[in-house]
Amino acid sequence: MLSWLFASSSQRRILGRPAGVSGPTPWLIAIMSFSMIVVAAAGLAVSNTAGTIAKSAEHRYSVQVPDGARNLPAVISALRSARGVSGAEAVPEADMRATLKTWLGSEADNPDLPVPAMASFDLAAGADIAAVERQVKSAAPNATIVAHRENLRPVLRSLRVLQWLALGLVALLAAAAAAAVVLAARGALDTHRFTIDVMHGMGATDVQVTQLFQRKIAIDALVGSAAGAAAAAAVLLLFTASATALGELTGGVRLGLADIMLLLLLPLALTALATWVARTAVLTALRQAL
Amino acid sequence: MRPQWQGGGHAEARPAGGKGGRGLSAIVEFDSVGLRYGTGAEVLRDLNFRLQKGGFYFLTGPSGAGKTSLLKLLYLAQRPTRGRVQLFGEEISDAPRAALPEFRRRIGIVYQDFRLIRHLSAFDNVALPLRIAGSSEADVEAPVREMLAWVGLADRSSARPPTLSGGEQQRVAIARAVINRPQLLVADEPTGNVDADMAQRLLHLFTALNRLGTTVVVATHDISLIKEMPGAHMIRLEGGTMVDPTGALKNPPQTGWVEVQR
Repeated sequence: MLSWLFASSSQRRILGRPAGVSGPTPWLIAIMSFSMIVVAAAGLAVSNTAGTIAKSAEHRYSVQVPDGARNLPAVISALRSARGVSGAEAVPEADMRATLKTWLGSEADNPDLPVPAMASFDLAAGADIAAVERQVKSAAPNATIVAHRENLRPVLRSLRVLQWLALGLVALLAAAAAAAVVLAARGALDTHRFTIDVMHGMGATDVQVTQLFQRKIAIDALVGSAAGAAAAAAVLLLFTASATALGELTGGVRLGLADIMLLLLLPLALTALATWVARTAVLTALRQAL
Repeated sequence: MRPQWQGGGHAEARPAGGKGGRGLSAIVEFDSVGLRYGTGAEVLRDLNFRLQKGGFYFLTGPSGAGKTSLLKLLYLAQRPTRGRVQLFGEEISDAPRAALPEFRRRIGIVYQDFRLIRHLSAFDNVALPLRIAGSSEADVEAPVREMLAWVGLADRSSARPPTLSGGEQQRVAIARAVINRPQLLVADEPTGNVDADMAQRLLHLFTALNRLGTTVVVATHDISLIKEMPGAHMIRLEGGTMVDPTGALKNPPQTGWVEVQR
């Protein structure tokens, strides 16, 4: 199936090209491979971040008690007695005031400011939030329960958009690489038109002619992809070595083994894509002649 | 040159210089064939003829008569725009494109401009048809060496075409055309670029090949070359059609005429 990759020296001589990797194609593929891996890594990191945030918020709820600290102990007590509730804690008033400082500045420290009381809790999967809410309202009728995931929904939506954007960019880069390979294949065909005509005249099939180009482009793509992947790995390692940089980029989320395996597959996928595209482009061009 | 080459291939052994006749099987049949390029006028019109297996044919006519176009039809570089062409007993006018390489491997072509691949050595140029036909490297070496010796270029096997003289290039082109022992050899003005002595030697090569069973079609203006082959048949084209043999070309008188289907 892959015998075409192992051409004899006489077959390699037919196109009269220098041995080994040459021309702009490997460089182009290397740049595409580098960009694809970095973008894909960023996309995976964003995806992992979104997953972590969503997971942490999935079962987390807040209780807002407009009546202030007066009803809070009763609310906490109601929560702790409710089925499926764990980790019920009151949010310290100091934390609330610190949060309010963002909007109110030093006024947030004013003792006359009616600071709402708040508690948070985790709810086990399958537990009935309506039952919990009834118990809370029996302690504080004006209390409201808010799911954290509702608050985080816009953030998660933005992260998902970023994730899809990264996927789209990877697809776009792959398409650009494919287009470049088509141009390279057509250029090579034009360069070797005379040889191809002579070979066709002697009874060479399109597949025989195509294999001469396909092998060259496959090797160029493999070398370019590997070089791009190596450069991308170096850049990503540099980022992961810097906790600050990583934190800014990915919120501290690291890539898992599955992510790394996926990234390692990208250069191979790019090579396969380039080879297939080159083969198709050459065969299509050859079929236009008799 | 040593015309004793007996290499394997497609051609069948037959008596030399076979004459045309309906009793012999045809290797080429043209029936009402026309050819035009694009939307231009027809360059070949109403061609009806058959070439017998093992025959030796000269294709003559003035420049622009359509000789090269006719040869292109013979070596499958063009399809007829009308009419029917049979090669080796099979209809090829509308044969699927994928079927053509198999036919082409049974045809040797000597181009007017040699069409040697410049970056390949004489050896690799001659070996190309064998490699295309799928011969292993072990099976290529001996026949190519033998063929290069046959055309007197044993000591130039590693030379590239630009370093060879016109005559040497022509002989490499001929060696390449016949290395597979084609059933049909088509040569377009093969002596157009060589001196008279070399032209004689090339003709002897063709004759030797013809004796081994290959049908030979040579397009040429060279009357002296035609005189050398009294047993050969002639096809004369003028203005894209075959003309009355008793008209424009009366010399050489010993030459037979191609059988024309009426």
